[in-house]
Amino acid sequence: MKVTELVDKLELEVVAGPFEREISGIYVGDLLSNVMARAQADDVWLTVHGHQNVVAVASLTQVAAVIVVEDFPIEPAAVQKAKEMEVTILRTPMTASDLIRKLFELGL
Amino acid sequence: MQEQILIQSKIEKGDFTRGGEVSSSLKDILRKLGVPSDTSRRVTIVTYELEMNIIIHSLGGEITVLISSEQIKVIAEDQGPGIPDVEQAFQPGYSTADDFVRGMGFGAGMGLNNVKHYSDQLTVETGQGKKSKFIASVYF
Repeated sequence: MKVTELVDKLELEVVAGPFEREISGIYVGDLLSNVMARAQADDVWLTVHGHQNVVAVASLTQVAAVIVVEDFPIEPAAVQKAKEMEVTILRTPMTASDLIRKLFELGL
Repeated sequence: MQEQILIQSKIEKGDFTRGGEVSSSLKDILRKLGVPSDTSRRVTIVTYELEMNIIIHSLGGEITVLISSEQIKVIAEDQGPGIPDVEQAFQPGYSTADDFVRGMGFGAGMGLNNVKHYSDQLTVETGQGKKSKFIASVYF
């Protein structure tokens, strides 16, 4: 599934991007070292963090998109950096668990 | 092939806004060189963790990454204050990071553990009140 399809189907807020990517999996986590080690390229990464280091980790792990859950705040500097590094950042009021249920329903 | 420098960069204490820049630049260089993706991934993880370790815990330092036909070597040197108990520092979950750092998703005691896990060889020179030097090698 493409990121734009996901945005439409789940009514996600587009914060940066979308830089069109195909999604193949899901990773959930807020400890950045774990994300570095475990997230796979083309995953969507669900987190509560909205700071610049999230953009760096997303770029390094090559995730398809970051989805900030529970409408957590996202720093303007992070948005700017995401645009520069072509990292897609989306946001939703949903909790991670509710979002995962919906992602499963969509076949991810 | 003689050892060549791929990247050498100074890293400031507490400079979170630039956290991951060295690793990102390195990743681009490795891709252009055609380094296999698994090797690149391991080197990138090791470099990222050592970069963040300097930012979070040290007084500032420098990362140098070298390549030869056998390996990619990541050298992280800092200006102190040193690690009193290295064995403890490598225990998963052990951390001296403050609440601010933990609040950003760092300092959960997994960083050095990742360095050890993803490198083939690792040496650490440090001690209370001393400069620290990590040399992590990832073999081809």
